[in-house]
Amino acid sequence: MSFMGVFFLFIYSVMGLYLWQQGILRSDWLKEGDVAYASSGSDFPSLSPQKVGLLVFLSTAGCVFSLLIAAYFMRQGSPDWQLPEMPSILWLNYFLLVVSSCSIQAAYYSALKNHDIQLKNWLLVTGASSLLFLMGQLVAANELQNLGVYTYGNPAASFFYLFTTLHALHLVGGLVALFRTIRKSYRQALGNLIAPSVELCAIYWHFLLFIWTLLFMLLLGKGDALGVICRRVLA
Amino acid sequence: MSDITIKPDEQVPPAEVPEMELFHSHSWWTTYVFSQDAKVIAIQYAATAISIGVLALILSWIIRIQLAFPGAVSFIDSQVYYQSVTMHGMIMVVYMLTAILLGGFGNYLIPLMVGARDMVFPFVNMLSYWIYLLATLVLATSYLVPGGPTGAGWTLYPPQSILTGTPGYDYGIIMMLVSLILFIVGFTMGGLNYVVTVLQARARGMTLMRMPLTVWGIFTAAVLALLAFPGLFVACVMLLLDRLAGTSFFMPAIVEFGEHKNYNGGSPILFQHLFWFFGHPEVYIVALPAFGVVSDIISVHARKNIFGYRMMVWAIVAIGVLSLVVWGHHMYVSGMDPTFGFFFAITTLAIAVPTALKVYNWVLTLWRADIHFTTPMLFALGFLVTFLNGGITGLYLGNVIVDVPLSATLFVVAHFHMVMGIAPVLVIFGAIYHWYPKITGRMMNETLGKIHFWITFVGAYAIFFPMHYLGLLGIPRRFYEMGQTAFVPDSAHTLNIFITVMALVVGFVQFIFFYNLFHSLKNGKPSGGNPWRAASLEWQTPETPPGHGNWGETLPVVYRWPYAYSVPGANQDYLPQNMPPIKGEHII
Repeated sequence: MSFMGVFFLFIYSVMGLYLWQQGILRSDWLKEGDVAYASSGSDFPSLSPQKVGLLVFLSTAGCVFSLLIAAYFMRQGSPDWQLPEMPSILWLNYFLLVVSSCSIQAAYYSALKNHDIQLKNWLLVTGASSLLFLMGQLVAANELQNLGVYTYGNPAASFFYLFTTLHALHLVGGLVALFRTIRKSYRQALGNLIAPSVELCAIYWHFLLFIWTLLFMLLLGKGDALGVICRRVLA
Repeated sequence: MSDITIKPDEQVPPAEVPEMELFHSHSWWTTYVFSQDAKVIAIQYAATAISIGVLALILSWIIRIQLAFPGAVSFIDSQVYYQSVTMHGMIMVVYMLTAILLGGFGNYLIPLMVGARDMVFPFVNMLSYWIYLLATLVLATSYLVPGGPTGAGWTLYPPQSILTGTPGYDYGIIMMLVSLILFIVGFTMGGLNYVVTVLQARARGMTLMRMPLTVWGIFTAAVLALLAFPGLFVACVMLLLDRLAGTSFFMPAIVEFGEHKNYNGGSPILFQHLFWFFGHPEVYIVALPAFGVVSDIISVHARKNIFGYRMMVWAIVAIGVLSLVVWGHHMYVSGMDPTFGFFFAITTLAIAVPTALKVYNWVLTLWRADIHFTTPMLFALGFLVTFLNGGITGLYLGNVIVDVPLSATLFVVAHFHMVMGIAPVLVIFGAIYHWYPKITGRMMNETLGKIHFWITFVGAYAIFFPMHYLGLLGIPRRFYEMGQTAFVPDSAHTLNIFITVMALVVGFVQFIFFYNLFHSLKNGKPSGGNPWRAASLEWQTPETPPGHGNWGETLPVVYRWPYAYSVPGANQDYLPQNMPPIKGEHII
């Protein structure tokens, strides 16, 4: 519950700030004539519609994962709950995800500087490390299955499979976008023309890294710490 | 933001809004079927929603016939009855109301009302419709699979929804869950479009506080939907896993027909939390667009600016924010901690404040106005009283102590049909009569419209008003038949028959509307571009129906709010939003 509370506190603050900035409290709403502050036609002239769209999507995806985490906390209390020991390959996977997140950021910087070769290389590193991450997750799931930890029987294990699958599906969606960006980078000569696409990928990758960090914490049994942090933020 | 003020008589520089790249279709297929034009997508959405809505209407007759004449029609056994109740509820709430209000009106009106050429992501918008259609087809196909559709009730509560005793255990429930997951994926794509178009593609001069309330309503509802549908998504995915993969997220240890199921320790209450986390905002996802549309219809047909525009906006936002923290009032009888019940009762009653504010403002808009009793106006007024009625019974049910005895009776059924069944449907009809001239270039027949209105309106009251009394008598909802029950007097049975007859009449009257809808396409009176003399932007398009790209050569520039009716000192009855201020004339 407290986790959802923090999530909504964040979303509401962003929305409130936006509405306030857009003059929802101003008293000149009946004034006639052209309004200077709306002349650019968009509320965030510095942001492309694509970027705003991605941020809105991230709030929806964030909501999905927040609800999953809240469900995890609620289900945790029952007596049949036994957290299985996590395969150590998950640490390697986590490292790979961090690498992909860093490399996509590096790709973005090279795109801005028009360093085409570096850009392509970093994009390929991102793609490769993400694919390796996905394969690593599969190996981890396989290892658990071999140890007799199935989707059924133990709710903590069920959550492991649910978390990893949903996270992986989001990453697969991101890989489609990344693939299109890589294709573009080979067709287009100038790096900074595709910088916006790379930036969108970068935001998405950081988001997925953040989400996986939270989920990984829960799976390692550090969920209580997360709960304490959330309650403290709310208090 | 800046503090530069441009005087009304100053020359306004041409629009600086960047032009959008539009997809131009080259074939019949990409113009009318796989179209990326929001207006075509809107009509596709509305047509699909209305078609599946007619199915749900017929299902409601099955329910009513069984309740009034138990056993009279042989094919309505308990299985068919429960399947009908489930499908009627789910279709009406999700596949009909949500889809037509956001997918239909949202797609058609947002770009036109904010002065954009199209939605910002036309391809994603198209995809959204096709996934919605797929979801609808998956749901409808569940009638063809062995065992038929699920009969779990529209709330799909586990454990009962995935146990063998429930109709549709084999495939029906799986198809329902898959269909909902698809719907949510498709809707998220649409919702992104509605939100980002409002944020990033408004015409020059169209500030947030100059948007018509319809756009405010749809925008806030879309934001709500993007935050609330994840609740249903998570619930559906986890329930599907409980059914297919044997997990025990929601399923407790359970014995069925003497057999121990392989479930253990799951929490059915967790499902209820997730479901109602979506379920309550869903009411406002339907209601907020209706609020907006009604404000616009009332203002246009009463030739008066909406009273308290700014408060109306605040009320919409406040309702949106509050509606995400009231879901627990659907769970008062689930045995939750009384402290939570207290919290949810407070938030529920608090939401009545902005809602009442809106009702007052509608009434004050009508006060001393030049009211034209056109068909759209009649529907809007019908909405006003119906919503008020449904809202007031909501206050009763929002209190824990009143809710407990009334829970799961027909009182609840009457309440939610009034507030989120009849009320939004009246608005949808009003909106279709109102915007039909813009969509087709022809007027709908007024006489038929009025006949449609009066029978629907009076008939709906004849159905749902007496139902409150049945609920107060303690007659439970969802029961296939009452049998010989001591506390149910004979008069209650008579009343049930009356309700059923009225339900059949009201249902058939809708075919007058469909006749009018199709007949007017060819034979309606040509309407011209702005038959209601409305000020908002969608009526000022160079062509009617609006062409591809909506605005011809140049995008419109907006100079005032959309409610400039009967402006003192102005030399005409209304001032369109895009009409430049006239030098020397003092307006507002």
